[in-house]
Amino acid sequence: MNGIHDMGGLQDMGPVQHERDEPVFHAEWEGRVYAINSALRATGKWNLDAWRHQIELLPPVEYMQMTYYERWLRINEQLLVKHGLVTPTELASGKPDPGSTKAIPALTAAAVANRLGRGIPSSQDPAVRPQFKVGQRVRARNMNPVGHTRLPRYARGKVGIIGRDHGVYLFPDTNAHFQGEKRQHVFSVRFTARELWGEHASARDTVHLDMWDDYLEHA
Amino acid sequence: MDSTRRGFLAATGAVVSQDLAKAQDHDHNHQVVPSDPTLRVKALESLLVDKGLVDPAALDVLIDTFEHKVGPRNGARVVARAWVDPAFKKRLLADAPSAIAELGYASGQGEHTLAVENGAKVHNLVVCTLCSCYPWPVLGLPPVWYKSAAYRSRAVIDPRGMLREFGTEIDEDVEVRVWDSTAELRYIVLPERPGGTENLSEDELAALVTRDSMVGVSKVPPPGAKA
Repeated sequence: MNGIHDMGGLQDMGPVQHERDEPVFHAEWEGRVYAINSALRATGKWNLDAWRHQIELLPPVEYMQMTYYERWLRINEQLLVKHGLVTPTELASGKPDPGSTKAIPALTAAAVANRLGRGIPSSQDPAVRPQFKVGQRVRARNMNPVGHTRLPRYARGKVGIIGRDHGVYLFPDTNAHFQGEKRQHVFSVRFTARELWGEHASARDTVHLDMWDDYLEHA
Repeated sequence: MDSTRRGFLAATGAVVSQDLAKAQDHDHNHQVVPSDPTLRVKALESLLVDKGLVDPAALDVLIDTFEHKVGPRNGARVVARAWVDPAFKKRLLADAPSAIAELGYASGQGEHTLAVENGAKVHNLVVCTLCSCYPWPVLGLPPVWYKSAAYRSRAVIDPRGMLREFGTEIDEDVEVRVWDSTAELRYIVLPERPGGTENLSEDELAALVTRDSMVGVSKVPPPGAKA
């Protein structure tokens, strides 16, 4: 989706506001949101790609006006309702609906360490064949899917060189919509700054993106 | 564990109810949630606990982990070890997750970590233009500026101009190599060891290493330099 979240190359966003000795959380509620988010992810009702896409679905004006953890709060409320864990009336009242059953928390305090140690699925599965190899020239496809994608606009149609094969990962464009994992190779692709931004960019600089097989074609 | 956190829910239950009642009075069509995020989060947590969907003790452990255990000091120890132990550095650059695990650091978002090395002709910079991907096990949760529109937009199109605002000047003959974390790989920069540190211990070296230097927006200052 060509949303506001796809920020690479936008201009006039102002200077970076660096904060000295920044705390991990700026308010107690931010920590609670962070933790609620992790605990709810443990229910397994939605995957990481679906979670990311929910943020992308925030209306652009709201996305820009919200702080980071305000976005997390909003999308967790939305995901809870969307996946049937909470009803809209419960969200509004703050109380369980009469007669609703009580669940068992997916994440207990004792299980947190183990949960944090669990990885994002990936493998070196030899049955999944790479479509490209290190050193090849490739073009990032010119595509504009309306759903979730991890191919930024600024790289579409540009030519780069494969620097590394990272192995096999789930394909976010389908996984985010619960349409299958479509496991495939992910590559590090090196683009020159001039290929991406034109002749005024530095002749020396490069930008490296990690790209799934389905984002690439031979060039 | 901080016992005040356990009191987080108890304190303002009544206030939340009032706020909700007020909101409902005003307009039934609008999303009925308190505007103050503190109240809204309390309401949500209270509901989720009542429904058995979250265990408040698990929330406390999660917060404690990232406030007190996992953060950029982990990454600093990795960098210092790489500076003093060439064999470790080699392992770190070849297989960062295993090398990092040698120091006892491992958690989600880190199993696909790559370490990229700064040198005389290369300066690495890490960004996530699409969201906020960041190497949690070695750097903790990302700072606000890393997640900001300003950083995410400029890091790829104007890295040198942006680095200058961080006080980091990169010579023309040095390649700026930007890593946009578009997949599940997570990047940590192995910064250059500053001069004048030949006699420092590994612990003293680790104390010099800043979070910003491991994201690539600054260099590691020499000992005694004003930050």
